[in-house]
Amino acid sequence: MAVKSSFSNMILALGCICLVCSALLGLVNHVTAEPIAAANLAKTNSAIKAVTPEFDNVPSEEVMTVEVDGKEYKVYPAKYQDKIIGYAVEVMPTGFGGVIDMLVGFDAETGIIYNTSVISHSETPGLGAKISDTGAGSFRAQFDGMNPAATKFMVKKDGGDIDAITASTITSRAFTSGVAQAYKVYLTIKGEDAADVVTGASNQNWEE
Amino acid sequence: MAGRWKLITKGFVKDNPTFALVLGMCPTLGTTTSAINGMGMGVATMCVLVLSNMVISAVARFIPDKVRIPSYIVIISAFVTIVQLLMQAYLPSLYETLGLFIPLIVVNCIVLGRAEAFANKNGVLDSACDGLGIGLGFTLSLTVVGLVREILGSGSAFGWKFMAPDGMLLFVLAPGAFIVLGYLMVLFRKLTTK
Repeated sequence: MAVKSSFSNMILALGCICLVCSALLGLVNHVTAEPIAAANLAKTNSAIKAVTPEFDNVPSEEVMTVEVDGKEYKVYPAKYQDKIIGYAVEVMPTGFGGVIDMLVGFDAETGIIYNTSVISHSETPGLGAKISDTGAGSFRAQFDGMNPAATKFMVKKDGGDIDAITASTITSRAFTSGVAQAYKVYLTIKGEDAADVVTGASNQNWEE
Repeated sequence: MAGRWKLITKGFVKDNPTFALVLGMCPTLGTTTSAINGMGMGVATMCVLVLSNMVISAVARFIPDKVRIPSYIVIISAFVTIVQLLMQAYLPSLYETLGLFIPLIVVNCIVLGRAEAFANKNGVLDSACDGLGIGLGFTLSLTVVGLVREILGSGSAFGWKFMAPDGMLLFVLAPGAFIVLGYLMVLFRKLTTK
C-alpha cells in the first residue's frame, strides 16, 4: 500500500524523484554531449561531400563567414590540392514547419549548382518532407547542374522556373529562396554584384 | 509463465491501445503518414513504456497517492529525454527519422495510462510484460494505419513505390488519418465482437 499522503511525505517523494531524475539527465547529457557534437559534425561533412566536387581538405575546419544583406552565412570551401574547386553555402530559410537547414554547392569557377542537401528540417512528413528526397524525379533533382544566372528562382505558380512539390508550395518556396540566397552569397564571394538575382522575397508572409 | 505470455499477447487484440482502448490518438493521427513512421513511433513508445512501467512498479509503494501523477510524469519524461539523447548520440540516422516524434511520447496517454492502470499495482516483471504487450500492439496498429495511408496516399508501401502516380493526397493529410482510422476501427470491431 502506498505511503500516507501527508504534506512532508509528498514533498519528500516528489523532491527525491525530481532530484534523481535531474541527476540522471545531467549525467546522460554529459556523456552524450560529445558524441552528439561529433555526429552533427559528421553529418555536416557528409552533406558538404554531397554538394561539392571531390575535395581533399576538411571544409568544416575552414569555414568562412560571409555577410550578405545584413545576414551572416557559413560557407565551406572545398579544396583539391590547395585550389578551391567548390563552395558549400549553408542557408536557413523558414519553411512550413520551421527552419530548413540546407547546403547549396557551387562550382567555384562557373557558379553552376553542383548539388543541394538538406541537413535538417521540420516539414510535414509525406508532404514538405519530400525536400529530403533524392534521385530522378525528386524536387531537388531539378537544381542539379542548374545555371543560377539563367534561372528565375520562384516556383511556377509565382511565375518562376521551379516545379513545386504538390501541396507543399510554402516549403518549395522556402527551399527555392534558400537556393537564391546561397547564390547571392556565392556572387559576393566572387566579388560580383548580387543585386539582380531574381527571387521571391524570403521573409515575406505568403498566402496560399 | 502462461500468465505473463497472456500479458504480452493481450495488447494485440483484447487491449489493443488504438482500436480497443482508443488511447494515444494524437500520435496515431499525427505520425502515421507512412508505414515506417508509424512503426518508428510505435517502437520508440514501446521502449519508453517498458522502462517507465518497470520503474514505476518498483517505486509505486513509496509515492503518496496525491502526488502520484506528477511523479509518474517526471519519471516518464526523464526516460523520454534519455532515450532521445542516447539516440541522437549513437544512432544519428534513426534519430533523423524519429527525432520529431520522440518528445511527443511524454504526452502519450498510453504511457501514463498503463502506469496508472497496471504498473502501480503489479510487480516489476509483470509490468515489463504489460509494457511490451501494449507497446507491440501499439506498434502493430500504427504500422497498419500508416501502411493503409501510405498505399492510398503515396502509392507506396514501406517506402517501396509500386504505383507511378502519387495517389490520393487526402490520405497523407490529417483528414485522411481520421477516415482510415475510422474504417479500420469498424473493421476491428466487426472482427472482434462475436
